[in-house]
Amino acid sequence: MAPNSVSEVVSLLSEHGDRAKMLAGGTDIIVQLREGLREADVVIDIKKIEDITSFHYCEENGLSLGAAVACYHLYEHPQLSQLYGALADSTHIIGGWQIQSRASVGGNLCNASPAADSIPSLIALNAEAVIAGPEGQRTVAVQDFCTGPGRNVLENNELLVAIQIPAQGGECGSAYERFIPRNEMDIAVVGVGSWIRLSDDGTIAESRISLGAVAATPLFAEEASASLVGKEPTEENFAAAGELAKKIATPISDMRGTDEYRTHLVGVLVKRTLTTAALRAQN
Amino acid sequence: MTTTQYRVIGSRPVRHDGADKVTGKAIYTADTKLPGMLAGFVLRSPHAHARVVSIDTSQAEAMPGVHAVITGADFPNVEDKVADLGEGSVNLSYLSSNCMAQQKVLYRGHAVAAVAATDVHIAEEAAKKIQVEYEVLESVTWVLDAMKEDAPLLHDDLVTDSMGAKAEQPSNVPVHLHFEKGDAAAAFEEADLIVEREFRTATVHQGYIEPHAVVADYNEDGRLRIWTATQGSFTCRQQTAEVLQIPLGNVLVTPCEIGGGFGGKITVYLEPTAALLSKKSGRPVRIAMTRADVFEASGPTPGSFMRVKLGAKSDGTITAGEAWLAYDAGAYPGGMIGPGCMCVFSCYDIEHAVVDGYDVCLNKPKTSAYRAPGATQVAFATEQLVDELAQKLGMCELEIREKNAVKEGSRRVDGPVYPPIGLLECLDALKQSDHWNTPLSGPNRGRGIAAGFWFGCGLKSSAACTVNSDGTINLLEGSTDIGGSRTSIAMQLAEVLGLEAEDINPQVGDTDTAGYTDVTGGSRVTFATGMAAYEAGRDLQQQMRTLAADLWDCSADDISVGEDGSFSAGGKTVGFKELAVELFAAGEHLVGRATVSPECPTNGFGAQIADVEVDPETGKVTVLRYTTIQDAGKAIHPSYVEGQLQGGTVQGIGWALNEEYFYQDDDTMANASFLDYRMPTMLDVPMIDTIIVETGNPDHPYGVRGVGETPIVPPPAALANAIYNATDTRMTELPMSPPKLWKAMQANQTSE
Repeated sequence: MAPNSVSEVVSLLSEHGDRAKMLAGGTDIIVQLREGLREADVVIDIKKIEDITSFHYCEENGLSLGAAVACYHLYEHPQLSQLYGALADSTHIIGGWQIQSRASVGGNLCNASPAADSIPSLIALNAEAVIAGPEGQRTVAVQDFCTGPGRNVLENNELLVAIQIPAQGGECGSAYERFIPRNEMDIAVVGVGSWIRLSDDGTIAESRISLGAVAATPLFAEEASASLVGKEPTEENFAAAGELAKKIATPISDMRGTDEYRTHLVGVLVKRTLTTAALRAQN
Repeated sequence: MTTTQYRVIGSRPVRHDGADKVTGKAIYTADTKLPGMLAGFVLRSPHAHARVVSIDTSQAEAMPGVHAVITGADFPNVEDKVADLGEGSVNLSYLSSNCMAQQKVLYRGHAVAAVAATDVHIAEEAAKKIQVEYEVLESVTWVLDAMKEDAPLLHDDLVTDSMGAKAEQPSNVPVHLHFEKGDAAAAFEEADLIVEREFRTATVHQGYIEPHAVVADYNEDGRLRIWTATQGSFTCRQQTAEVLQIPLGNVLVTPCEIGGGFGGKITVYLEPTAALLSKKSGRPVRIAMTRADVFEASGPTPGSFMRVKLGAKSDGTITAGEAWLAYDAGAYPGGMIGPGCMCVFSCYDIEHAVVDGYDVCLNKPKTSAYRAPGATQVAFATEQLVDELAQKLGMCELEIREKNAVKEGSRRVDGPVYPPIGLLECLDALKQSDHWNTPLSGPNRGRGIAAGFWFGCGLKSSAACTVNSDGTINLLEGSTDIGGSRTSIAMQLAEVLGLEAEDINPQVGDTDTAGYTDVTGGSRVTFATGMAAYEAGRDLQQQMRTLAADLWDCSADDISVGEDGSFSAGGKTVGFKELAVELFAAGEHLVGRATVSPECPTNGFGAQIADVEVDPETGKVTVLRYTTIQDAGKAIHPSYVEGQLQGGTVQGIGWALNEEYFYQDDDTMANASFLDYRMPTMLDVPMIDTIIVETGNPDHPYGVRGVGETPIVPPPAALANAIYNATDTRMTELPMSPPKLWKAMQANQTSE
């Protein structure tokens, strides 16, 4: 089914409950249905709904990103890719060109994989999820959106319509980096998104760090983020923030890496992404 | 070095099957459709080791659309039968129960039943309704654990054969091999320097892009026709006939185009199953594996444990070698330990050596060949120890190899004395190469080298060539074409006859039309089937001399054949085509034929250089530059030789850095997909530079040596040596994946 409005989707969802699944780019849901990981009676294509497939930026409200906007729009957009460096980094490494032409950031968020490449960037950028349901709209901070591997806060009769990301001044910079054993075709062993806002004197006014693939959901590293406020953007300070971030990592050991290795990578990637974010803020 | 100038050999014509391959018209097994064809689905064991208590297929059989269900009970009883499959004898009950489990399942993915239905979804649904009751048994997947006295036994009746002597108690070790040369113990006592280490390597898969697939049509008259992706249609025919206990002549195997094999498409997996489903349903049946099936239920190549020791004099002469090797056989006996033992010291002239090797059954799929099977593991060990000797003696790693390299007259530990070979020439090419002479600089970077060897075999090949009325030729041969062999064989026929490669139309025949031809394996096809094509060309020339003698009114002895393939007598010279046309017009038509079975190995040596950079914080290795050098004897089609060198090297790089069967606590594989079984992508390797050395093989009319396998042998060792030079950390375990290398670097720093 391919309805033309959000309200139609909501009524379809109310009718079919968890037997209905949403289709944006389809790069996760089609595979999951085929492999029997999820089941559905009804698949709802939301790409006919204009609000969900468009995006707008203004200096007042920032970026409103429709839930089905494909990844390539972000990294190919000259202004947005500058403003939201972390998101450009993320969307650039989700799959290859073909996947990036279909897959959406909204879909990546709803799929709620602990290793999702866009979620740490969204958390670092302090993004909010805009959710529509029978009672109208509500917003949830992205850092609270995921509730477990493959699970999120959406009720059976709700859908994600957009992601709202605050406006970025020239003094802001962000970056995302993941570690994978190869250079392509891999799932993050660890992913880290970092965001920095610099004061006029060059010290750090504000920072947000988020970790992927080290817990059941992507995490906001609150203590590590706060530790940087007022500090100089130096490698030592970034490394110290990395050490703090490691404390909240509770990774598993599997074929992608041991818990010890993943925890170590948190420190490395926090340091590296903060360094890139600071450079981007300074430029 | 060969100096003969050829017209066709050494050139780079477009491959005969190229257009079909690039336009998608080539027919692969899964493209094959027959009227009334059913889809088969194989139900596989979820357990690593279990007794099959009972199987109830009644619900599956009752499903609409289901035409046949089979289990191990439908297979003929072949206990205690032994078949000679050309590459040594095979216990038929092992081969049969690997296709379909009898009393026990021995690895996750082991087939227990199969369904044929009108479509694959129905077949899969039906298979889920088959009730299998398992009694789960203790399992084992590490080779040293499987050798322990109290290890869970896979086969109750299996006893160790130790160079002919049978053990009394059953164990998981079917074979213990022992080779000796000189007096190793005394030589170690007299050595000035000894290095010894233990090495471990993971089970890896060939990773061919085309999953196993088969179509079988069991006719009412007892004829069985099979279309399949196989490296050897004749061995496929024999294995299928033996497992099904039907006459060999009743089976026709048509080899379809093949999407890679590398040694993994020699054993039958699906063919007997599809045949029995077809027999039971009366319809043709197609079965195709999924990628997970391929990982879990075809034949990967052995993981290993190795303890290797080298002794040397202070001048760098390696005088003593000792190796203790234990390789995975997988669920059934017959792993790659033999060539492992023979290759461990195959590159060095070591006067005193002793080698012990153990083939070990454990709860993994039955292992298979993979490009130079068994050689890559031991090269990983020996080539690192050679570097270590050089380092401790203050020698250059190239110099120690030059000093000890095998040459004509050197005797290998397993007995054979080498004929003229090209290792020294490869090392010389390495020394002269741009790569070796370009210094590597920068932090965390290192360069490593390693040598490698593979036997290359002859075996049996046939060729027949029919001359058309215009003097062009249809060449029929039986080697399934994996690496461009149609063209490299046709080029040899073109060369002998004085034709162009394009004048030959090569065709891979099925088992009813082509003469008997052994597997595409052992780096033998361009060598042996090429030799058959050459001999078939000679046969044609012989016939043409006799016929031309009548035409020209002279004696056949008066007609000479020139190097350009022309026929001359009494001042008259005509080319092959001209004479063929003339003869055809005179009512004579021609078919040339030849069978060959060269017994000599072709002895392919190579050497490689790797430059790496290691991320000190993550342990991730970036391969900066790579050069592969190999003695091809004579490169028939240099592009294909370069392709073999590059392909083998890339597979070796994957084996070295990331590929492994990752086992969970219940001994089932966790990463049976290309996502988590990490073969290199195009972004993970640099362009592999190649240098072809041509020393000429005296046993082949054009000097060919096999090239397909040796290139996979040195990469893990060359990369390990490069990593050592970059990080001071000696890696003794494969894969050298980021978590393992990081951990080893940490340990190394702590110990300093």
